[in-house]
Amino acid sequence: MKRKHTYRINPIVVLFFLLTTLSLTGCTSSDKGSNGQVIVYNWGEYIDPDTIRMFEEESGIKVIYDEFETNESMYPKVESGAVAYDIACPSDYMISRMIQNGMLSEINYDKMPNARENIGAQYYEQSRGFDPENKYAIPYCWGTVGILYNKTMVDEPITSWAQLWDEKYADDILMQDSVRDSFMVAEKLNGFSMNTLDPTQLETAKDALIRQKPLVQAYVVDQVRDKMIGGEAAIGVIYSGEAIYTQRENPDLVYVIPEEGTNVWIDSWVILKNAPNKENAEKFIDFMCRADIAVKNFDYITYSTPNVAARELIEDEEIKNSAIAFPDLSQYDNLETYVYLGEEGDSFYNELWKEVKSY
Amino acid sequence: MKSAAKKIYIALIVLFLYAPIGTLMVLSFNESKTRAKWGGFTFKWYVSLFQNEEILRALFNTLLIALFSSLAATVIGTVACIAMMAMKHRTKSVIMGITNIPMLNADIVTGISLMLLYISLGIKFGFGTILLSHITFNIPYVILSVMPRMRQLNHSTYEAALDLGASPLNAFFKVMFPDLLPGILSGFLMAFTMSLDDFIITHFTKGVGVDTLSTKIYTEIKKGIKPEMYALSALIFMTVLLLLVLINLTPDKQEKDRNKKEKS
Repeated sequence: MKRKHTYRINPIVVLFFLLTTLSLTGCTSSDKGSNGQVIVYNWGEYIDPDTIRMFEEESGIKVIYDEFETNESMYPKVESGAVAYDIACPSDYMISRMIQNGMLSEINYDKMPNARENIGAQYYEQSRGFDPENKYAIPYCWGTVGILYNKTMVDEPITSWAQLWDEKYADDILMQDSVRDSFMVAEKLNGFSMNTLDPTQLETAKDALIRQKPLVQAYVVDQVRDKMIGGEAAIGVIYSGEAIYTQRENPDLVYVIPEEGTNVWIDSWVILKNAPNKENAEKFIDFMCRADIAVKNFDYITYSTPNVAARELIEDEEIKNSAIAFPDLSQYDNLETYVYLGEEGDSFYNELWKEVKSY
Repeated sequence: MKSAAKKIYIALIVLFLYAPIGTLMVLSFNESKTRAKWGGFTFKWYVSLFQNEEILRALFNTLLIALFSSLAATVIGTVACIAMMAMKHRTKSVIMGITNIPMLNADIVTGISLMLLYISLGIKFGFGTILLSHITFNIPYVILSVMPRMRQLNHSTYEAALDLGASPLNAFFKVMFPDLLPGILSGFLMAFTMSLDDFIITHFTKGVGVDTLSTKIYTEIKKGIKPEMYALSALIFMTVLLLLVLINLTPDKQEKDRNKKEKS
């Protein structure tokens, strides 16, 4: 005879296990500082952790610090409202998108004297491309996009984007694997604006990129650094922030801003519209604009700082006067900063980029 | 000739499996920050690793979440198996199917749906939400490894224990549990490694300022991964290797002891 059996388990035991797991998940209290807290959303590795500690000690405000990898992954997280961030540090075109969508709150410069005094006027001026009245963004890091070349592998100085189309360098060219950066090169080559939405101009740019494709060794993101240091390619499109580091590792490398002009990128502090701790946010940003703090961050990040007072404090004369880290923007024509192109514009660019990549 | 081919084949497999880890371990001793240049032998990344609070906190979070989530999932999964054994055949297979679906589901779908669920319930994102999510995706793995053991169980022993006056709980822990233990352990280990590995679900369900190793490494993309991470990965690999060696050595010893006893 077969009999079905139930294995009886004491419900109390089950309850106990459930309760312990629940109580474990419950212990996520965040202790606030004596003056409250501020929630900061910044790029990974984009601040000297010591400066955060110094701010906490001086102000009594607890900093909750979170990091993102790309502008595109930052935006939906802020928009979803799962976490109410106070401060973020997006790039130019993302800031213009956030302004358009009413996600930012206006800066009160009276509460941020360091931001008003220490940040160079030319950087505020450059910011007007995406923040027309300097109402929302305070520049934090900036740089240019240019050409890095290995002087032992080329027989002439590189000065122009056009040389990336020279068949001499076939298979020795590295391009950036991103829509806007690649189109920027082709647009500047043809004398267009890098924010153009004109279909015929974009077709011309696309055709140029397709013509260049057989010469390109690879479309890369951050492998540019290692490949150029190792001498695996002769010419590469690179961000100026990486140029000084690569030069230190390989003295044969030279960085130039091409004569046709280029992209000036600016990552800036912004305060979000529904920031729960607005006053603390103002204090935090102003603290980061203090000269001694900004120079600490410059040493850590090594990307150019728009903080003029901080630049004075840089000890290494060579870097302080470096034309790579601190080019005189007024000497160049056709320098531009990305703006948000709208959803349609973005998808138009992506469509064309897909055609280039799959050609 | 044939055996030489065999050896070459094995060597190739081992090479493909371990060359990446080998490269990483070599680079962790590289004085220069770039992979393109050998700057000389150094231990400095190991030193700075243990001075880097952020990385250590991420490591601590990762281990804590892996441990707690796999423990909780093991308990819940095992209890679920016991309940399922008592069900009718049909209900059992339906429930088994339901628990298997999350395993086949893409991680990104699980991650996003958990995130939406937490938002709609108004749960604050943080350590707790990561833990809850990890428990959720770990449970099916525990069930998967405990269930076969459950089927092999001899039910009469449990009945016998009851007949002899043991309480059901007592009978479970004294009679069934020892037989289930290998399944439970392997379920626990599987859940532990799954939790340790996970990136996508953590990425979507983590709160402010809480990072596990995988999300921490990912945020370093903009500025390039720091060699401290190579050092940490090398250390973790060595620890796991050591554990594996230890685990594989002990049963042998027990077996030998048993053999000796039988002979004498």
